[in-house]
Amino acid sequence: MRYSGFKVLKEALTGHKGWKPAWRDPAPKPHYDILVIGGGGHGLATAYYLAKVFGKANVAVLEKGWIGGGNVGRNTTIIRSNYLLDGNEPFYEFSMKLWEGLEQDFNFNAMVSQRGVLNLCHTDAQRDAFRRRGNAMRLNGVDAELLDTEGVRRMAPFLNFENARFPIKGGLLQPRGGTVRHDAVAWGYARGADMRGVDIIQNCEVTGFRIENGICKGVETTRGFIGAGKVGVAVAGSSGRVMAKAGMRLPIESHVLQAFVSEGLKPLLPGVITYGAGHFYVSQSDKGGLVFGGDIDGYNSYAQRGNLPVVEDVCEGGMSLMPMIGRAKLLRMWGGIMDMSMDGSPIIDRTDTERLYFNGGWCYGGFKATPASGWAFAHLLATGNPHETATAYRFDRFRKGLMIDEKGMGAQPNLH
Amino acid sequence: MIIPHPLLGPRDSQEFTYLGDASLIERPDWQAEDAVGRFHDYLYLRDNPAGAHRELWFHEQGDRSWLVVTRDTVTHEIISAELARDVARAKGRSK
Repeated sequence: MRYSGFKVLKEALTGHKGWKPAWRDPAPKPHYDILVIGGGGHGLATAYYLAKVFGKANVAVLEKGWIGGGNVGRNTTIIRSNYLLDGNEPFYEFSMKLWEGLEQDFNFNAMVSQRGVLNLCHTDAQRDAFRRRGNAMRLNGVDAELLDTEGVRRMAPFLNFENARFPIKGGLLQPRGGTVRHDAVAWGYARGADMRGVDIIQNCEVTGFRIENGICKGVETTRGFIGAGKVGVAVAGSSGRVMAKAGMRLPIESHVLQAFVSEGLKPLLPGVITYGAGHFYVSQSDKGGLVFGGDIDGYNSYAQRGNLPVVEDVCEGGMSLMPMIGRAKLLRMWGGIMDMSMDGSPIIDRTDTERLYFNGGWCYGGFKATPASGWAFAHLLATGNPHETATAYRFDRFRKGLMIDEKGMGAQPNLH
Repeated sequence: MIIPHPLLGPRDSQEFTYLGDASLIERPDWQAEDAVGRFHDYLYLRDNPAGAHRELWFHEQGDRSWLVVTRDTVTHEIISAELARDVARAKGRSK
């Protein structure tokens, strides 16, 4: 069933009786060519591109809960490609280009909204760093614009420009950045994969891997053994505990990142605004709620909830940047579990176990990477070689000293 | 979270700075034959368990002691706190 304006009109006139579930609910088959573990954004995108781009139909996605119930439903929906380093920038720009054509591609309204991402700067040194980053972006063919204080004032006159500690000196704007409806990303990919023959198996938790002579033959699940030609793991947030079942230790710690939504307000923010000095970022959803967040809580956690000191810290940052939000009520807060990798960059690679592949370590930047991550992982699973934009995301970069240390924090995942 | 400091009693976790896995106490011998590989594992690889986790907390805004805190990463419950010095000595380190 394809969605269209005509279909909406027809259903409106016939009592909405023709809508069908967007994907099937199949029982697992005994064997698949490729198994993707994890029905989040990245896992579903992987299955979608495996089917669509690489022509693999005998594929299943295993999800322990339900589609959209993990990190893809727990993020702050921002997309951007404003990176500095060579290992990162082409990859995230590839992702941005896929976002731009996503809805036409999978025939589903994901509400991709390129309303701009503005990073504020507060010191001369920070402005120099942003100028450098903007130039690096432009060298990679990405849009970037350096604004002075007046430029920022024209865009967002309500900001606190005279903050004694962090006066706003300007900002780096990526006009093509923006937000996307995160649930619709999961649903759109699930539907697109399902239409091309992929089995999406929910409520099916992987409890172990069957590995014989160093070769992965399939997985043990709560719904029995499922054999596979290849197994790809894309369970960011749970990478540590899933890969431990395959006997692997990862350069990853799991941390919690909290996010918040205010009550619905009239249109207020022109786009996404980030305030690095005060650890705060904010955008406004289409329903009017301010969606915002700050740093990770800073210690290992699988709790999917944070603690109050970080709530206070984030709200302080928000108040110091936009004093007017002080009277807005906080509607909801929640926590997602982040794979914090040791250099702050992701891993898409094969493992030491033959036919077992890994995709994870997205830190708190996984959402914007969803399409490119799926495409690159599908490329790796289908061809055995890394995608041209993801060649730096290998396990051995730590051993070789080739880390992609975008934030310069080294082997300190709680500082990224 | 309240951390039961062995010398000072219950203290707010906000007084502490978090370092990470308590295995960081066990620094490999840099003169060993396989030192490069062992330092890779020591620096970068983690068990990352869901459940009881032993980790290092520095009482930066208190007595500046290092603690080994055992904490449940699923519930945030703190099970125990010991002086890192005692933990290291129990392993035969230093005097």
